[in-house]
Amino acid sequence: MSDFLRLEGLEKRFGETAVTRGVSLSAARGEIVALLGPSGSGKTTVLRLVAGFEVPDAGRIRVEGEDVTDLPPERRRFGMVFQHYALFPHMTVGENVAFGLRAGGAAAGETRERVTETLSLVGLAGFEDRRVTEISGGQQQRVALARALAPSPRVLLLDEPLSNLDPALRDRTRRELKRAIRKVGITTLFVTHEQEEAFELGDRVAVLHRGRLEQIGTPEALFERPATRFVASFIGRSSVLPAVWSGGARLEGEVVWPAEAGAPPTEGASVDLVVRPDALLLAAAPRKDGLAGTVVERRYAGRIAFYRVATGAGEVEVLAAADAAREGDPVVVAPAPSGPLPLAFARESEP
Amino acid sequence: MRPRRGPLVPLLLVLLLFWLVGYPLVLTLLEALGAPHWTLAHFGEFARRPAEWAALGASLWISLATVALAALVGVPLAFVFERREFPGRRLLGSLVALPVALPPLIGVIAFLFLYGESGFASRGIQAALRLSAPPWRLSGPAAILLVHAYSMYVYFYTFTRAGLARLDGSLLEAAQSLGAGRGRVLGAVTLPLLLPALSGAALLTFMTSLASFSAPYVFGGSFRVMTTQIVASKLNGDDALAMVETVTLAAVGLVGLWLLRRLEGTRSAAGGVRGVAPRRRVVGTGRWAATAAGWGLAVFLLAPHATLLLVSFVPRDTWTTEALPPVLSTGNYRALFADPVRLTPIVNSLWMASAATALAIVLGLAAAIVAARRRGAWGGAIEGLVAAPWALPGTVFAVALAAAFSVRAPWAGRFVLVGTAAILPLGYLVRSLPLTGRAAFAGLRQMDPALEEAAASLGASRALRLRRIVLPHVRPALAAGASLAFLAAIGDFVVSIVLYTYDTRPISIEILSSLRIQEIGVAAAYGVLLTALSAAAFLVWGRREG
Repeated sequence: MSDFLRLEGLEKRFGETAVTRGVSLSAARGEIVALLGPSGSGKTTVLRLVAGFEVPDAGRIRVEGEDVTDLPPERRRFGMVFQHYALFPHMTVGENVAFGLRAGGAAAGETRERVTETLSLVGLAGFEDRRVTEISGGQQQRVALARALAPSPRVLLLDEPLSNLDPALRDRTRRELKRAIRKVGITTLFVTHEQEEAFELGDRVAVLHRGRLEQIGTPEALFERPATRFVASFIGRSSVLPAVWSGGARLEGEVVWPAEAGAPPTEGASVDLVVRPDALLLAAAPRKDGLAGTVVERRYAGRIAFYRVATGAGEVEVLAAADAAREGDPVVVAPAPSGPLPLAFARESEP
Repeated sequence: MRPRRGPLVPLLLVLLLFWLVGYPLVLTLLEALGAPHWTLAHFGEFARRPAEWAALGASLWISLATVALAALVGVPLAFVFERREFPGRRLLGSLVALPVALPPLIGVIAFLFLYGESGFASRGIQAALRLSAPPWRLSGPAAILLVHAYSMYVYFYTFTRAGLARLDGSLLEAAQSLGAGRGRVLGAVTLPLLLPALSGAALLTFMTSLASFSAPYVFGGSFRVMTTQIVASKLNGDDALAMVETVTLAAVGLVGLWLLRRLEGTRSAAGGVRGVAPRRRVVGTGRWAATAAGWGLAVFLLAPHATLLLVSFVPRDTWTTEALPPVLSTGNYRALFADPVRLTPIVNSLWMASAATALAIVLGLAAAIVAARRRGAWGGAIEGLVAAPWALPGTVFAVALAAAFSVRAPWAGRFVLVGTAAILPLGYLVRSLPLTGRAAFAGLRQMDPALEEAAASLGASRALRLRRIVLPHVRPALAAGASLAFLAAIGDFVVSIVLYTYDTRPISIEILSSLRIQEIGVAAAYGVLLTALSAAAFLVWGRREG
C-alpha cells in the first residue's frame, strides 16, 4: 500500500505552453510530499490537476487505486487550502468549517460536533461565531485548514499555505501545521517555492522545473545526491561555473578542480560545475588549484561569513571564517579538502 | 500644507451651487405650502384625489416590476457573457450594454418602430397570419414595463458582470473541493457574494424607473405615473398641485438615495477580493448553448435599435402594408440638414449640450477642489449639493426651475429665464453636474496628496500646481464624467419638454413632433443621429476608462 496517491504522466498545456510535462509521482498513505520549484515550474498546476480544477491533457490520477481523473472536484473528496485561504467572507468561521459537511449532507448535530472538533484541532476552539474578516492572518490560515479537514477528505492539498504570513508567524504556523497534519495522519501534497518549508514539512520533496519533475526524494537525498544540474543548483546555495571535463573540471585559466559526475561526461565535453559554499576555501597564497579573485560581497553570519568572489571563471560563493577577508580584498579560491566534491553536469542546451 | 484662507471662495461656491440646485427645490416646497399664506391645503387636495394616489401607486409598482423584469433579463445575460466563452462574446458583450448610454427617448421610439401597432414585428405577424388588424396594441403599463425592462436590464447586466469579474475564483473552487455541486456553489457562495452588486443594480433601476418619463409619456395614455402626472398638472395650469406632486416624487427619490448610500456603506464589508476570476468555460454542448443564448439575447435586445436604423431610410408614405419596406433612401437624412427648420433642433441640441457640459466641468472641478481643501461642513455641503440632482427625477428639477425662474425678483436671486435661451442649458447643467462633479471628486480622491505637497515644496505656485499636477490627474475621470454629462444633455427629454420654446427646441422634442405629424422616417433619422452622437460620447468615455 505504498501508492495511496498516484500521479501518472500528467500533462497540461495552456494554449501553446506546456505547463506540466509528464509528471509522475506517488505518495504513501499518510505521507507528506512537498512540490518545490521556482515560480512557473508548474507546481501549482500539478496541485490544481490533482484537485480537479484543471483537466489534464494526458495522464491519470489515482487514489487507493480509484481513477479520479474524470471526477469533478466536488466528488473527489480532497481537501484544499488555498494560497489566500478563500474563506467565504459572508459566512462566520463556524459556517465556513461546516460548509463541506453540509454539502456532503451531514446532519446538524454531527456537523456541529465535527466543527467544534476540527476547530480545536487547529487551536481555534470557540471561534465558531467570529467573522472571518475579523480574525488575524494566522487564524484565517488555520480556519482554512480546519475547513479543508472537516469533511475528512482522502487527500489534503495545500497551495503555498504559509506564503501569506509574516516571517515571525510563519515558523510557528509551520510547526502547528505539521503537528495537525500528523495528528490527522492524512496524505498531503503541498506546494511551496521555499526550500526550507519543503524540507521541514515534507517527508519527501518533489523538485519541479519547467513543468518536469526533476527529482523526488528525502531532503537528505536531494541535498547529498542531486540528480540534475537544476536540483544541484536550486537546493542549497550553490554556484555554477562553466568548465570542460578532463578527469576533473578544467576551469578558466587551466585550473583543474576535482569533481564528481553522476554520468561521466566524455573527455573534453562542456560541463556545468555546481559548487557548494562549503566545498571551497579562501587560500592565503596563490596555488596550482587556486582561482584568483576579488571579494565583491561579504555576508556576516556569526562566526562564519559567506563571501561572493568574482574570479576569471565566474562568481562563486565561499563559506569561510568571519574574519577571513573584507570586501574588495584580493583572494584565492580553492577546493576545500574536507568539503563535498563539486558536481559536474553535462551542459544542457537550454531553450 | 493647506494654506488657511478666508471662507470667501467656498462661501461663494456654496451660494452658487445652492442657487442652482437647492434654491429651486426650496421655492417649489414653499409654493407647495402656499407661501406666503402658509397652508397644507394643496397637500390636502393631493390626498383627496384618487387620481394622485393612483399615479403614486403606479410609479411605485411600475418601478418594482421594472426591477424584477430587468433582473430577469440582465442577470442571466451577465452570467452567459462573463462565464462562457463563445465566438463574438467581446463585441456582443459591449453592444448589449449600449442601450443604457442612449437617451431613454431613443429606446422608446425604437421600441415603437419594432413592436408598435405599425411596427416591424407587428406588420410581420400581421402579414404572415393575414390578419386584418395589428396583432396587438402597444400601450398602457405593459408597454411601459417592456420598454423599461428592455433598457434597464443593463444596470443588472453591468453590475452583475462586474461583480462576477471581481469574484475570487478560489472561493468557488474552495466550495467545489468541499463537495458542493453547481447549484450549491451558486446558491451558497456566488449569489450571496453578488448581493451588494445586485442590490445596487436594483436600487439604481428603481430610481431610474421612478424618474422615467419618456416611456410613460409616449405609451401611458390615460395611465399616469408621477412624472407624467406632474407635467399634466403643469400643462393644465394647476401649478400648486404640480408643486405638491413634485415634492412627493422628490421625497420618494430621496428615500431611495438614502437607501443607496446605506448600501454603499456596507458594500466594502464584502471582504477582501483576491485571486483570479474563474476561467471562462469552453466545453462541448455548453459552448453551443452559450453561443445560441448569447447571440439570441443580443439580437433580441438590439433589434429595436436596428429597426430604428432601418426606418430612418424609409421615405415618407412608401411603407404601408408590406412586411419589409419597399423603398430605402437617404432622403430623410438629407432633409435634416437641407431644411433650416429641421436643422435648428440639431444646432440647438449641440450648442446647449456643449455649453451645459463646459459649465458642468468647470463647476464640478471647482466644487471638488474646494471640497478637497476644506473637509468638514463646507466640503459636505458642496458634495451634497453637487450630488443632489442625481437623486431626484428630472421632472422635479424641470418643474422647480420653471417655478424659480419665471419670476422677476433680483433681490431674491430670481430672474425671468423661462422662455429665454438660457433656461435649457441651465436645466441641463443642473442635471449634468453630479456626473462631472462625482468624477472630479473621485479623480481627486485617487490622487496622492503628497504629489501636490511635493510640487509646493519645489516652489510651484497654486496655479502651477493646479495646471501641472492636479488637472493631469483628474483629467481621465473628468473626461469620462464630461462624456456622460454631454450624453445626458444631448438626449434630454424630461427637462426639455417642460422648459423648451419653439426657438430653443432640441432634437428630442423635434422627434416627438415629427412622430405626431407622421414623419416616421424623419423621426427615426433624428433618432439615429442622436444615437450616433451619444455613441460617440460613450466611446470617448470607454476609451478614457480603458
